[in-house]
Amino acid sequence: MPEHTFRVNGEQVTVDVEGDVRLLWVLRDLLGITGPKYGCGINVCKACTSHLNGAAVNPCAIPVENLRPTDEVTTIEGLADTVDAELHPMQQAWLDHDVAQCGYCQPGQIMAAVALVRRVAAEGRPVTDADLDGLRNICRCGTYSRIRDAIRTGAGNM
Amino acid sequence: MSGTLGRRRFLGYVLAAPTLVAVAGPGPTAAAQLPSPEITEILDLNDLMTVAALPTANLIAVEVNPDGTVSFALPRAEVGQGITTSTAMLIAEEMDVPLERVRVTLAGARPELVFNQLTGGSNTTIATYTPVRVAAAIARRRLLDAAASRLGSPPRELTLTAGVVSDRRGGSVAIGALATAAAATRTEPVSVRLRPREQFTVIGTPRNRIDALAAVTGRKKFAMDLDVGDAKPTMVCRPPTINGAVGSVTNLAQVRALPGVTDVAVISTGVAVRAETFGQCIDAVRALRVSWKPGTVEGTSDDTVLRRLRAAELPIGLPPPTPTVEGRFTFYFRSNSALEPNCAIADVRADRAEVWSALKSPIVAQQSIAAKLRLPLSRVTVHVTEGGGSFGRKLFFDAALEAAEASKAMGKPVKLMWHRADDSRQGRTHPMCTSRVRASYLGDTVLGYHQRHTSVTTDLGHGLGEIITATAARLPVGDIGFAGTFFQLSQTMSYDFGVSTRLLSETGRGFNTGSMRNVYSPDVTCARELIVDQLAARMGKDPYEFRRDFLRDDRSRAVLERAAEAGGWGRTMPEGTAQGIAFHAEYKAVSAALVEIDCRPETVGRPVRDGVAGPRVTRVVFAVDVGLAVNPRGLEAQMLGCISDGIALALTSSLHLRDGHFLEASWDNYFYTRQWNIPPEVRIIVVPSTSEEPGGAGELGVAASMAAVACAYGRATGTMPTSFPINHQTLSFEPKPTVPPVPESPVDGLDHAR
Repeated sequence: MPEHTFRVNGEQVTVDVEGDVRLLWVLRDLLGITGPKYGCGINVCKACTSHLNGAAVNPCAIPVENLRPTDEVTTIEGLADTVDAELHPMQQAWLDHDVAQCGYCQPGQIMAAVALVRRVAAEGRPVTDADLDGLRNICRCGTYSRIRDAIRTGAGNM
Repeated sequence: MSGTLGRRRFLGYVLAAPTLVAVAGPGPTAAAQLPSPEITEILDLNDLMTVAALPTANLIAVEVNPDGTVSFALPRAEVGQGITTSTAMLIAEEMDVPLERVRVTLAGARPELVFNQLTGGSNTTIATYTPVRVAAAIARRRLLDAAASRLGSPPRELTLTAGVVSDRRGGSVAIGALATAAAATRTEPVSVRLRPREQFTVIGTPRNRIDALAAVTGRKKFAMDLDVGDAKPTMVCRPPTINGAVGSVTNLAQVRALPGVTDVAVISTGVAVRAETFGQCIDAVRALRVSWKPGTVEGTSDDTVLRRLRAAELPIGLPPPTPTVEGRFTFYFRSNSALEPNCAIADVRADRAEVWSALKSPIVAQQSIAAKLRLPLSRVTVHVTEGGGSFGRKLFFDAALEAAEASKAMGKPVKLMWHRADDSRQGRTHPMCTSRVRASYLGDTVLGYHQRHTSVTTDLGHGLGEIITATAARLPVGDIGFAGTFFQLSQTMSYDFGVSTRLLSETGRGFNTGSMRNVYSPDVTCARELIVDQLAARMGKDPYEFRRDFLRDDRSRAVLERAAEAGGWGRTMPEGTAQGIAFHAEYKAVSAALVEIDCRPETVGRPVRDGVAGPRVTRVVFAVDVGLAVNPRGLEAQMLGCISDGIALALTSSLHLRDGHFLEASWDNYFYTRQWNIPPEVRIIVVPSTSEEPGGAGELGVAASMAAVACAYGRATGTMPTSFPINHQTLSFEPKPTVPPVPESPVDGLDHAR
């Protein structure tokens, strides 16, 4: 089987698997990184949202062979390390607003939120209601209002 | 303030164990209540469940550990509703230990608990509130006794604060150091008084969830996150119609040879595939060539079911000579699919089996798995994992049963997960139903209110039926079956509407149904509240004032008034927008929702990719009185979720039945509330209560939310809606194929990096 090498949460990893296996399963089933969750497998629910070189991606839709050795995948487990703290400000905001209910979608929600805040910051503007309306991550517990509050708080501390 | 004199003493035991283990004894019998015309005032579903749980309350133990922590294995399922947190709060309160030192885990299946391990009916806090506190109070008392010996001071001179016992002379000892000394060598009875409400410092204060840190760091473990030996990913190739069965498979050998695939086996629900990764399972499921036998509802569509429901409707009687308001309402199938799909790990050997899954009825699951595997009950171990949402779905154990069957067939451990498409199409649903309502009135008096609810059969075969059977002799409802009993015990008439009847009729089997959050109430209440608006209009009254005038009691009026005042009921709104208000009582709680909706064309037609825009709820004010709110912040969270559910049920979320299968196979087909549907403004008001007892909260808010959205929609558009959700008649997506049963995994993820 072909080998594929890339970086995950600051470490170089190599996996021996068919190249068309999607990154989500490489992370979860082969590497034991279970923060990114399965919710649909077709890039709709966004529960697996992680970062690739700092941008939000959905590993359920990325064949592992698409990754280069220098590509840096960040999952929820590695988010705090990107700011060299116990918790990323967005995670702290999530705690402050007691957002999570079942918690299943929350890793993906937080990763999507961080990428959104970075994106609008790069555009030199604050997060708007339209930006928040545009988040597609499903929360079946319906915590959306607290998610919006937490994103605004987290954005202020990023 | 109620005095402490005459407070009831509660009996419990310290169990013979190496460290301190305390349990509550048999609880006081439920006080007899006076007869009343309203069934729910005599005995409601929560009384039934609480009474059924009482005899085994003494089997649930609070343990003190040498490291100073307190452990409690909760015999219920945590699926997001916050009961591990609220239970930890009860223990922290009675024991004077910091909340973070209370470790609440989920108990595996314990058949000896009989009726005391079913999570449902929003009953957890109602049923466990006293037993958990009694056990904790006994542990506290034993700790004080042990500390008295250690410190040489009498117990009355000791104080226990933050997990440390101190005397008046400066001596102190941590409870962890007392865990062994306070233990009993033989089981001893102990009697205690519980802390009075006015002395609470934890109960009733807003607390964050105890698992929040684990959730936001990705460390919280759900079933599919567990690393169990050689349990490899497993999925099932399912039939194109509901409950079809495998006829034959033409390419088994070819699929077995696919990359990563280790096993392929035909099981009762389809063809199970085990592989190194779930991705390879998906590919193998898609590659299988199966001829299928017909399903259990072959050829059936929405219209067919609607005709059957009409035919099964119970008579509502001849119209009275007085004026009436009538309505017929239709509620289409809805999915109670959680974000975590049906899933379970199973390791079945020749002489034993072990299963891991989020289960709200683990004892029934254990019994069913043992029967399926032909193993003695004692050889089947069932672990209850944290659940990624339930909404009723996890009352059943479809994946656990299936995983056990697949593991047995393959002779290997399996980690079995349903694809989202499976979860939508073959998973359990809230059954399609209709409600016919007739209200008669004369002048300013409502003379009668009659509701005939007709539903596709709801499967209650998850243990509630056994509870109803066991308590049947004590029920005032006669022989009306499980569903009829459930219906009668969960519904109440809160308005002074004269002669009131409500009857349930069920028809049709073959669908995979189950209870969905708040069960019958969202639909029943939605129909009722829409008719209430019509009655108010006929009498020339304001919808809010009408409700206030007709509600039966002060507690109900108080939440309604609070919602109306805080929400600015009656404020001027632009054309095409409106307010709606609705009331609902259940689980020993009362609730009222005020909703504002925008139905203007520019809002309804706002662009949303692969989704439904539609009318937008712009504001919700929700007032709730659950009696004693153990954790007000958790209660607010549950109401928030209920509001999201209510919006979805009224406006966007349904399953479309066509030719024996559901069209929906994705979260972009089944339109649960998304960020673009969320009201920008939500306010939840927890009305202060002087009650000594908690009510149920996990499901409470759905009914009033759905009904208020429907009423607001009716007022904004000038037409009473009669079919739900309102967008059901418009199919807003391209249905995915049914063969293969799951969609291809996309490859363009990098193109969408943002």
